Amino acid sequence: MLSAQSLALIDREVAKYPADQKRSAVMGALRIALEERRSTGETPEARCLNQEVIEFVANYLEIPPVAAYEVATFYNMYDMKPVGKYKITVCTNLPCALRGGVNAAEYISHKLGIAIGETSSDGMYTLLEGECMGACGDAPVLLVNNHSMCSFMTSEAIDKKLAELK
Amino acid sequence: MLEIEIDGKKLTVPQGSTVMDAAHSVGTYIPHFCYHKKLSIAANCRMCLVEVEKAPKPLPACATPVTDGMKVHTHSDMAKKAQAGVMEFLLINHPLDCPICDQGGECQLQDLAVGYGNSASRYQEEKRVVVGKDMGPLVSAEEMSRCIHCTRCVRFTEEIGGFQEIGMANRSEFSEILPFLGKTVDSEISGNVIDLCPVGALTSKPFRYSTRAWELSRRKSVSPHDGLGANLIVQVKGNQVMRVLPLENEEINECWIADRDRFSYEGLNSAERLQKPMIKHDGKWHEADWQTALEYVVKGLNGVSRDHGKDAIGVLASPHSTTEELFLAQKLARSFGVNNVDYRLRRSDFRADAAQQGALWLGSSIVDLASAKSVLVVGSTQRQEQPLLASRLRQAVKKGSELNVIHVADDALLTKLNAKLIVSPLALVNALAQVLKAVVAIKSGESAIDLAAVSVSAEAQRIAESLCGAESASVVLGNVAQHHPAFSELLSLAQEIARLSGARFGVLAEAANSVGAELVGAVPTRGVFGAAVSAGLDAQQMIAAPRKAYVLLNSEVEFDSYNPQAAVAAMKSAETVIALTAFKAEGLLDYADVLLPIAPFSETAGSFVNMEGRLQTFNGVVRPLGEARPAWKVLRVLGNMLGISGFEYTSVEEVRAEWQGKGDIAPSLNNVLASVSANVQPAATALVRVGEVPLYQADAICRRASSLQATRAAAVPVAHAAQSVLDAAGVQSGAVVVLKQGDGQVRVALEADATLPAGVVRLATAHPTTIALGGMFDPIEIKQG
Ligand code: SF4
Ligand code: FES
Ligand code: FES
Repeated sequence: MLSAQSLALIDREVAKYPADQKRSAVMGALRIALEERRSTGETPEARCLNQEVIEFVANYLEIPPVAAYEVATFYNMYDMKPVGKYKITVCTNLPCALRGGVNAAEYISHKLGIAIGETSSDGMYTLLEGECMGACGDAPVLLVNNHSMCSFMTSEAIDKKLAELK
Repeated sequence: MLEIEIDGKKLTVPQGSTVMDAAHSVGTYIPHFCYHKKLSIAANCRMCLVEVEKAPKPLPACATPVTDGMKVHTHSDMAKKAQAGVMEFLLINHPLDCPICDQGGECQLQDLAVGYGNSASRYQEEKRVVVGKDMGPLVSAEEMSRCIHCTRCVRFTEEIGGFQEIGMANRSEFSEILPFLGKTVDSEISGNVIDLCPVGALTSKPFRYSTRAWELSRRKSVSPHDGLGANLIVQVKGNQVMRVLPLENEEINECWIADRDRFSYEGLNSAERLQKPMIKHDGKWHEADWQTALEYVVKGLNGVSRDHGKDAIGVLASPHSTTEELFLAQKLARSFGVNNVDYRLRRSDFRADAAQQGALWLGSSIVDLASAKSVLVVGSTQRQEQPLLASRLRQAVKKGSELNVIHVADDALLTKLNAKLIVSPLALVNALAQVLKAVVAIKSGESAIDLAAVSVSAEAQRIAESLCGAESASVVLGNVAQHHPAFSELLSLAQEIARLSGARFGVLAEAANSVGAELVGAVPTRGVFGAAVSAGLDAQQMIAAPRKAYVLLNSEVEFDSYNPQAAVAAMKSAETVIALTAFKAEGLLDYADVLLPIAPFSETAGSFVNMEGRLQTFNGVVRPLGEARPAWKVLRVLGNMLGISGFEYTSVEEVRAEWQGKGDIAPSLNNVLASVSANVQPAATALVRVGEVPLYQADAICRRASSLQATRAAAVPVAHAAQSVLDAAGVQSGAVVVLKQGDGQVRVALEADATLPAGVVRLATAHPTTIALGGMFDPIEIKQG
């Protein structure tokens, strides 16, 4: 279900913990599984975690599937719903909101023609609101695909970023 | 020891106690939901907040360790305000649908809301709604909006059940309790979450909406299923058993019961219950009155004994019968001159009988077994045979005891094993002999058994080291070992291992009253408390050399025998088969000639002796159904009608007093054989069957419990075998094959299973689809379908 590369990465996570505590690697393993799905998935449905992947990861770590499911649903960076090729998460918490975070989100929403929480019909973009990313000083900030952090996202910066995300 | 003061009461508690423990020890009640004495501390409901002097905020009693000199107030203004606050929050999203809730009247939330809540809610906004979940046929999770997220159910499946089947998904307002997507809760002890759930979120599916808790009366009883003898509260309304709950007994079942104990009551009310005596005339069944039926029986017995002699009669009794019934059955038989009495229908090896010096039992108390530092379980499908004992052993492992296993399949025991040897039934003796040989070497001892042909494997060495190194150890033989064709050899080896290593040894009694049956002489070679008797035929001999008449007490031979094929053939060849039974079983209708309706455990007074030799008496909780009568009364009347003296009992207590007057239980329990022997040659290679009794086919009552029968554990059995077996037979995994034993065969799917050793086909016995086959651990052939 997962590639040999992903499994090797998971093994590295597992190796960080005592042999009888493989369970500790569940967060890393789910992240790696999601990363593989995101980078190889052709459709929004194929880019998120689903029951089979979670069960596979759980079995790989020899933990009950429901235990992995608890973790996957607790943290919202694990995508459990179909997601676009580019998942854009804009911080709208108070400090950012005071410095244009909400406006940035609205600008993107307008530009992509999708509401917050939606995925564009071509399956390219998903727009989400996020919680404080610890970069309030750089507001407005957004996160692309969980990993790439973009600061000072004025309208121009957003235009430029979206042009890159094709 | 620490000093603490609770509401002005001074006490000392051991280091590590929590405020909750301390409060319980002086009988102070602190309201709580998530706390449970058998589960880990979660401290997530906050209902147990109390005031602790010098602490700035109220603290949760369940998670606050006692410190020396602590002063706690459970009813101060601060505590009360905190408790009322928590209650208000808990009720915010609770639907408050008590009038239509099955838990109403026995709900902790309802009770505590009366004590700590307001009479009206200040919360006017919308409440959250949680969709129901499907947890399978036993546990209903239909109304999950009621859940207060105490996680007791989650912790139970993980900590006591051994495998987390329930989890809490999502976060904060969106938290939901659920099983993994598309899965049901399949644990063999899952029903306990119903008792644990403090609200009406998890309820009993079979019981739901049938009655209100306050309409039920509570009667004590004892589980009639496995050898543990779990204590029960049977709840009754209008002469019907409505549900079964655990009665706490720390030494036996703690506060749990297995699903089999909890849900089997449905069988008591099943449509298959026999309510009137029935006689077969010219192949047709007719209802009869008791007098006619009994006269028919007496005529039949007298006729057979006149034409063929007393030896032509055999008595096969079920070890799920009460001690009094078994005592009377053997007394009646022996007084009438019939020596062929046996309760061991599923045994296949009786060579130990001659050397046996007492009743076979566990060899220790259950508590001692669970606290042994090293345990070796030989031939036991533990989670099916004794579900609660399996759970107790898991707890023991967590506390540091070493669990070792020698078995015919690598079943998931959901716990850490110190060492295991998984071998074909043919190699079971050799495997145990390996352990003995290693023990002999470690202890520089000697054994009467010749071990020259045995070579010790690494795992056997580990097992031996574990047993010899532990300050207390036990070797126990499970059902597979007891039913195994080399049981006497396994018992001999266990005895030798125990003698040399200082361990205790014994058998995990299969049924609720196996030990009772041993004690009161429901065996052909020993009478009550081992009294000398003229020996008769054992269960296997009675089948191998068919008798002319059989008397069956609670037995359905097609399900209860080692070799159903042979047993049914023997019944069919008999002139008359007299069945004392609670059920109009299909098999009995086929081969019996007269059916006498007797009362199951719920409708008669009696007693069971559990695996640790503990006598537990009980009374009937309801009146016998229809014209059914307690079996002891039926046997008494039969005694009178056969003209035998000594059958003038007026109560079951008199019967009990009579057998109890003949000896004492404790000195009569003895596993030690007068002489040991075993053929320890490494096994020949042949294909043999591993045919265990499925979880819910073990006895007549649970076989008819419809909800248990709807569980996954009760699914129609398929055959399993190692890939090598499939390859040798040239079949694909999942293909339908014909399995053949003797002159019977069944068509069944055969699936590859990596947990099985080479040379075996695992296919359950005691199931309607497999009764055409033969012995449980006998050779079997695979033919392509
Ligand atoms: S379902 Fe019941 S036991 Fe489980 S968390 Fe909810 S309230 Fe607690
Ligand atoms: S509030 Fe937006 S990054 Fe902190
Ligand atoms: S009982 Fe203490 S927090 Fe729930």
